[in-house]
Amino acid sequence: MSQDTHAEDKERIGVYVCHCGSNISATVDVEDVAVWSKDALGEDGVVVSRDYKFMCSSLGQELIERDIQEQGLTRVVVAACSPHLHEQTFRGACNRAGLNGYLCEMVSIREQVSWVHTDKVAATAKAKAMVAGGVERVIKNEPLEPLHVPIHEHTLVVGGGIAGIQAALEIADSGNKVYLVEREASIGGHMAQFDKTFPTLDCAACILTPKMVTAGNHPNIELLTWSEVERVDGYVGNFTVTIKQKPRYVDTDLCTGCGICWEKCPKKVVDEVFEAGLGYRTAVYTPFAQAVPKYPVIDPDTCTYFLRGKCRACEKLCPTDAIDFSQTVTYKTVTVGNIILATGFDTFDARRIPQYGYGRLANVFTSVEFERMCNAAGPTNGDIVMRDGVSKPESVAIVHCVGSRDRNYNNHCSVICCMSSLKFAHLVKERTGARVYNFYIDMRTAYKDYDEFYQRLLEEGNLFIRGRVAEITDAARLPGEEGKLIVQAEDTLVGKQRRVPVDMVVLAVGLEPRHDAAEVAHKFGISCSSNGWFIEKHPKLDPVATMTEGIYVAGAAQGPKDIPSSVAQGSAAAARVLSRINKGEIELEPVRATVDAQKCSGCRICNDLCPFGAIIFHEDLMVTEINHALCQGCGTCVAACPAGAISGSGFSNEQVMSQIEGLLAFSLPNNLIELVPA
Amino acid sequence: MSEKPKFAMYWAASCGGCEIAVLNIGEKILDVDANFDVAFWPVAMDAKYKDVEEMPDKSILLTLFNGGIRNEENAHMAKLLRQKSQILVSFGSCATEGCVPGLANLSSREEVFAAAYDSITSDTLGIRPQYSYEVPEGTLTLPIFNTIVRTLDQVVDVDYYMPGCPPESHQIGAVIDLVIQVLHGQAELPPKGSVIGAGGSTVCDECGRIRNVKKITKFRRLHEVAEIDPVLCLLEQGILCNGPATRDGCGALCPAVGAPCAGCYGPAQDVVDYGARLMTAVSSVIDSNDPKEIDRILDDIVDPAGTFYRFNLAHSLLHASKTAVS
Ligand SMILES: Cc1cc2nc3c(=O)[nH]c(=O)nc-3n(C[C@H](O)[C@H](O)[C@H](O)COP(=O)(O)OP(=O)(O)OC[C@H]3O[C@@H](n4cnc5c(N)ncnc54)[C@H](O)[C@@H]3O)c2cc1C
Ligand code: SF4
Ligand code: SF4
Repeated sequence: MSQDTHAEDKERIGVYVCHCGSNISATVDVEDVAVWSKDALGEDGVVVSRDYKFMCSSLGQELIERDIQEQGLTRVVVAACSPHLHEQTFRGACNRAGLNGYLCEMVSIREQVSWVHTDKVAATAKAKAMVAGGVERVIKNEPLEPLHVPIHEHTLVVGGGIAGIQAALEIADSGNKVYLVEREASIGGHMAQFDKTFPTLDCAACILTPKMVTAGNHPNIELLTWSEVERVDGYVGNFTVTIKQKPRYVDTDLCTGCGICWEKCPKKVVDEVFEAGLGYRTAVYTPFAQAVPKYPVIDPDTCTYFLRGKCRACEKLCPTDAIDFSQTVTYKTVTVGNIILATGFDTFDARRIPQYGYGRLANVFTSVEFERMCNAAGPTNGDIVMRDGVSKPESVAIVHCVGSRDRNYNNHCSVICCMSSLKFAHLVKERTGARVYNFYIDMRTAYKDYDEFYQRLLEEGNLFIRGRVAEITDAARLPGEEGKLIVQAEDTLVGKQRRVPVDMVVLAVGLEPRHDAAEVAHKFGISCSSNGWFIEKHPKLDPVATMTEGIYVAGAAQGPKDIPSSVAQGSAAAARVLSRINKGEIELEPVRATVDAQKCSGCRICNDLCPFGAIIFHEDLMVTEINHALCQGCGTCVAACPAGAISGSGFSNEQVMSQIEGLLAFSLPNNLIELVPA
Repeated sequence: MSEKPKFAMYWAASCGGCEIAVLNIGEKILDVDANFDVAFWPVAMDAKYKDVEEMPDKSILLTLFNGGIRNEENAHMAKLLRQKSQILVSFGSCATEGCVPGLANLSSREEVFAAAYDSITSDTLGIRPQYSYEVPEGTLTLPIFNTIVRTLDQVVDVDYYMPGCPPESHQIGAVIDLVIQVLHGQAELPPKGSVIGAGGSTVCDECGRIRNVKKITKFRRLHEVAEIDPVLCLLEQGILCNGPATRDGCGALCPAVGAPCAGCYGPAQDVVDYGARLMTAVSSVIDSNDPKEIDRILDDIVDPAGTFYRFNLAHSLLHASKTAVS
C-alpha cells in the first residue's frame, strides 16, 4: 500500500525524442533513446516515451496532447532542437492539453548533440544522459503563469535619419503619438547630405524632404531636435525617458526661420558635420536649407558672443526677437511604451590608413565630401572640382572598400560602397567627362536593379581594376606621373602591379557603428555585436526586435545597409510597435529573479549588476528587491548573490542541480570522485 | 547507573578547538552535568572504544561529533557513534564541511605525507607511517590514512549540523538549553537535517559596517592596508571578506574588529557551493571591462582555493581534486 502512495506522489512524465528528419536521427539512435528513457528512467516517473519524425509538426504535437489527456502526464520532456526554436511550440501543446506549459522541458539533442558529433554510439549515449538531466529537472519545474504588462501607446524614436523618420511617420499616421529625438539641429541623417541616390539616381532631397516636412508638421509627432536621451527607466510598455535638450539660444515660438541671423552672422567656420569640412557655416545656423525644423541653433563653441562676450548681431537683427542667450539645458521626461533606435552609422576615418594620403594629399577626398561636392546645394554648387575649388579633374580614381573588408580595420562589408562608388563614377563621367577608374576587390551589386546599374556603368566606359589599392602617393617615378596622384594597386585579373596617375581620388569610406553605439546600447539595455552594431533578436527571423522587450532597432544602426533596407526596417519596427499598441498589453516570460528578503543581508554585491536596471536597494530595510517588470531573467544577479538569496523562477537551484545530477548519473563513471576510501 | 540520558562528544580529524568551545560555555557545563550522564568524551574523561562498542544501540541520547573523517579510525568511530546515538550532531566546521584539514583534498596522499614527514619534522626525512608493524609484543597497527577528507555526513547519517570553527559558546549554550527543554517536554526538536546554533542569513546581516554599491579595483591583504576604515564594508576596501556568503550566527566578530570573515560558519542556507558563490560574487564587482586589467586585479588574490574554500572544500561540489584521488 505504501508503494501505491509512492506511485501517486510521483510525476507522470512523457519523453518525446525527435528525429528532426535526419538532422538528429543520422547521428543519434533516437529509437534507442526513446526505449531507454522508459526503461532507465521509469523509476523517476517516465511512463511514456516515443520517437517521432517531426515532433514540432501538428501530428507530433498532437501526440503529446493525447498522452497528456489519456495517460495523465504531469510533466513533458521533448528531446529535439534548441529551446530557442521550439520551446513555445511545445509549451503551447501542453497548454492546449491542460498542462501548464512550464512543466515542459526541452533537451537540445540537435544543436548540442547531433550537429556537433559524428560518433553515433557516443552521441546516443550523450543524448541519453541529457534526457536524464531533463527528466530530473522537469520533476522540479513549477507551473508558471506569463506576466501581463499594459502597453503605453506613445513611442520614442531615437535618430531622425531616414529609418527613424519612416518609423515615426508610420506610427504617427496610425494615430499614435511619437517623440522623435534627434541629436543634430535637423532631422534627415546622412541621406540629407547626398545629391543623387543609387540605383535610380533620383535626387535625394526630392524624396527625403517631403518626408522630413511631414514629420515636422505631423500632429502626432513631437520633434525634439538638438536633443539626446539622457536616461531610460522602466520597462516594456512603460518606459520613462529623460531627454536632454541642448539650448538652441533661439526661441522657437518666436522664430520664423527667416534666415536673417545666419545671413548676418559675422562668424564663419568650417562645417565639419554636414558639409564634411568642405564648406562653411555661420555660428548661428541651420545645417542645410531644407532643415526641419527650420529654426537655427547658435553654436556656443564658435559664437563670438560666447567666446568674447560681445557681438550679439543676430539678437539685434532678428525681426521677432527670437534670439535668447539666456537659454540653458532643459530636460523633458516622457512616458512611452516602446522605443525604436535608429541612430545610424559613422563613416570610417580615412586618416587611419595613412598610405592613402587623406588629409595629407589635397586631392584625396572621402565619399562623404564627394557627396557634398556633387550636391547642387553644396559648397561647390554641384561642380566636381579639385581642392583648389576651380580646376576640373581629367581623371578620377574611386577606391572601394576603404576601411571595409580589411582585417586591419573592419572585417565587414559596408554593403553600400560599391553602389555609391558606381554612382560617383556615373556623376563624374556625366559632369566632367573625366576618365574614371574604379579600384574594387569584388563588385557587390546584389539587390533589385543594382547589377543593371553596374552594367550601365560598364557601358558608359568606366574603367574597373580589380585589386586593393596599396598606396596613393604624389611621388612621381615614371613619366606622366608628375603633378598627379599615383594610385598603386595589384591588378589581380591581369596579375601585375599598376600605377595609375590621376588628378583626384575618392575614397569610398566604409560604414562603422556610431562611435557612441556601445554607450547608447547600454543606456537602452541592449547589446552590440563584437563589431559594434546593435544586435537584433534573431538575424533572420526577428531582425528589428532586440533581446530587450520593447526596444527595437532600425536602419544602419543594426548593420550597414542602403536606403531601401533602412526604410523597410523603419516600417518593420513601426509595425512591431503598432501590433503591441494594438494589443494593449504584452505577455512576458515569467522567468524572473526574486530576492528572498529573509536571506538577503543587503551586502549590495548585486546592486550594480543588472543590465536592465531591475535591482532596487531599500536603504532603510537593508534589503534588495527586484522589479519583475524590468527583470528579463538573465540570471546575472542570481549567479552573483553570495548568499544565494536570489532565485530565478524556472531556473531554481533545485532544477539546475537535479539536471546536473541526472546528466552525470549517466555520464562516464570515472569522471566522478568515488567517496569510498582507497 | 543513573537514569539520566547519556551524552557523548568525540573528536576525529580536528584541532581540539571544538572541545575547548564546549568547555567555554562556563557554568552551563553544570547544566550538562545535571541533565546528562557523560558516557563518552575522550578529551574530558578516560574511556575505551570497547566501552562504546559494548553499549546498547541508541543508548546515547546526544552525541556531538567534531572533526572530519581523515582516516579509518575516524570512520570507524563515526559509524560506531551513529549506531549508539539517538541524536548525532555534526559539530563544528571539520565534521560539517571538512574545514582546513579538508584543503588536503587538493593534494595526493603522498604530497600530504611529504609535507608532514619531510618538511615540518625534525625526524629522519623520508619516513612514512607503516600501517602495521611487528614488535616483540605483537603487531601494532595504524588506521589507514584515506585519500581524501570526508565530512561526517558523507560517511554516516547526520541529524543536525552545528557550524563554526569552533561554534560560538553562546550558540552551544543555546543548543544545550534547547535539548534540555526538549527533555523536559518544553520544546520540540527542529526537523532532522536542520542547521542549529546559527542563523538563516549571512554574516553581513550581523555586521555593522556601512555598505555601498561595490566597485573593486584592487584586492589587498590585511597587512597591505595602511589604515582600515573603521566603519566601511571591508570588501569595499578591497579586503576579501567571506561574510556575504557565510552563515550568520557568530555575531560578525571578525569584521567588527577589522578582520575579514574567513567563512568558518560555512555556507548560508541556500548556498550550494560556497567557494563558487564567493568567486562569482567577488568577480561580479570588479570595476573594469578590460580583460587584462581584470586579470591583473584577480592576480592579487593570493591562494584563491584557500581563501574561498578554506572551510568548505570537502563539502563543495568539487569535493577534491583529481590529484588527490588518483
Ligand atoms: C557616401 C555615402 C553614399 C550613400 N549613398 C546611398 C545611395 O545613393 N543610396 C542608398 O540607398 N544608400 C546610400 N547610402 C547609405 C545611406 O546613407 C544609409 O542607408 C542611410 O543613411 C541609413 O539611414 P539611417 O536612418 O539608418 O541612419 P543615418 O542616416 O545615419 O541617420 C541617423 C540619425 O540619427 C541621429 N543620431 C545618431 N545618434 C543619435 C543619438 N544618440 N540620439 C539622437 N539622435 C542620434 C543622427 O544625427 C542621424 O540624424 C550612402 C552612404 C554613404 C556613406
Ligand atoms: S536576473 Fe537579475 S540581473 Fe538579470 S535581469 Fe533579472 S534582476 Fe537583472
Ligand atoms: S547580492 Fe544577495 S545578499 Fe547581497 S544585496 Fe543582493 S540579494 Fe542581497
